[in-house]
Amino acid sequence: MSMNLTETDSDRLLAALRAVLADKAIATGAEITERIRVTDAGGPAQGARMVARAWADPTYRALMLADGARAAEALDIPMRGLPPLGVLEDTPGLHHLVVCTLCSCYPRAVLGYPPFWYKSAAYRARAVRDPRGLLAEWGTVLPDTVKLRVVDSTADYRWMVLPLRPAGTEGWDEARLAAIVRDGDMIGVTIPAIAT
Amino acid sequence: MIFAPGSAVRVRDDWPERRGRCHIRTPHYVRGVEGKIVRHLGDFANPEDLAFARPAATVPLYHVRFDARAVWPDATGDELMIEIFQHWLESA
Repeated sequence: MSMNLTETDSDRLLAALRAVLADKAIATGAEITERIRVTDAGGPAQGARMVARAWADPTYRALMLADGARAAEALDIPMRGLPPLGVLEDTPGLHHLVVCTLCSCYPRAVLGYPPFWYKSAAYRARAVRDPRGLLAEWGTVLPDTVKLRVVDSTADYRWMVLPLRPAGTEGWDEARLAAIVRDGDMIGVTIPAIAT
Repeated sequence: MIFAPGSAVRVRDDWPERRGRCHIRTPHYVRGVEGKIVRHLGDFANPEDLAFARPAATVPLYHVRFDARAVWPDATGDELMIEIFQHWLESA
């Protein structure tokens, strides 16, 4: 028996679904193509560009804290049709950790697909109840003087963290700053650090 | 009525999931817990109806802050901040 390896069941399912969406005027092919483009544009490098710009430019920082989606669009990150983006500002006395206990809400436009553990029952349960124990497993130890605020992403917003700029980065340009910002830093499981 | 920032609120101690099929965006762990309004985040179509393709009214959504130890005495975090729709909140 021969098998056509270039056409799988999932391809046929997708083609049938797209045809039905078009027939029922729910979504055109062009709209689906546009959404694929937006999804593919998302990734941690986008969020890192925003963080680096905010570290370097106080005006941009103010925009980002007031309206994350407008701040993303200012860096040509596509946000049209996506949920509002809220930005949580870490300070020397306050650290934010993002979780979605109900499902897996994640700021995909600026961070891309969530890491596999983000959707795990263990992460979701521990982030709200034992966040310091959870953070310790990433090697993230907060002094007792730092308040830990866990943000449960339950509804229509998506949330990212604007972390503290690490010491030792004075005079760095934005590209160099962006290179040290990881996805975990932007949901608060880790803290930006200079590689040693 | 829109709750002002700083208002003391309590999440309704209601369990629709015991009455049948439902879709709710209010975590079980804050039902009946008191918190403080941080701010009004905007108005959004009620997901409890959207999930069943029913006509959905637009309802105010708030960021609400809770003391983590008011939820779990052994919590190792300090605060929980959660998006909660107006119809789940009552003045405390």
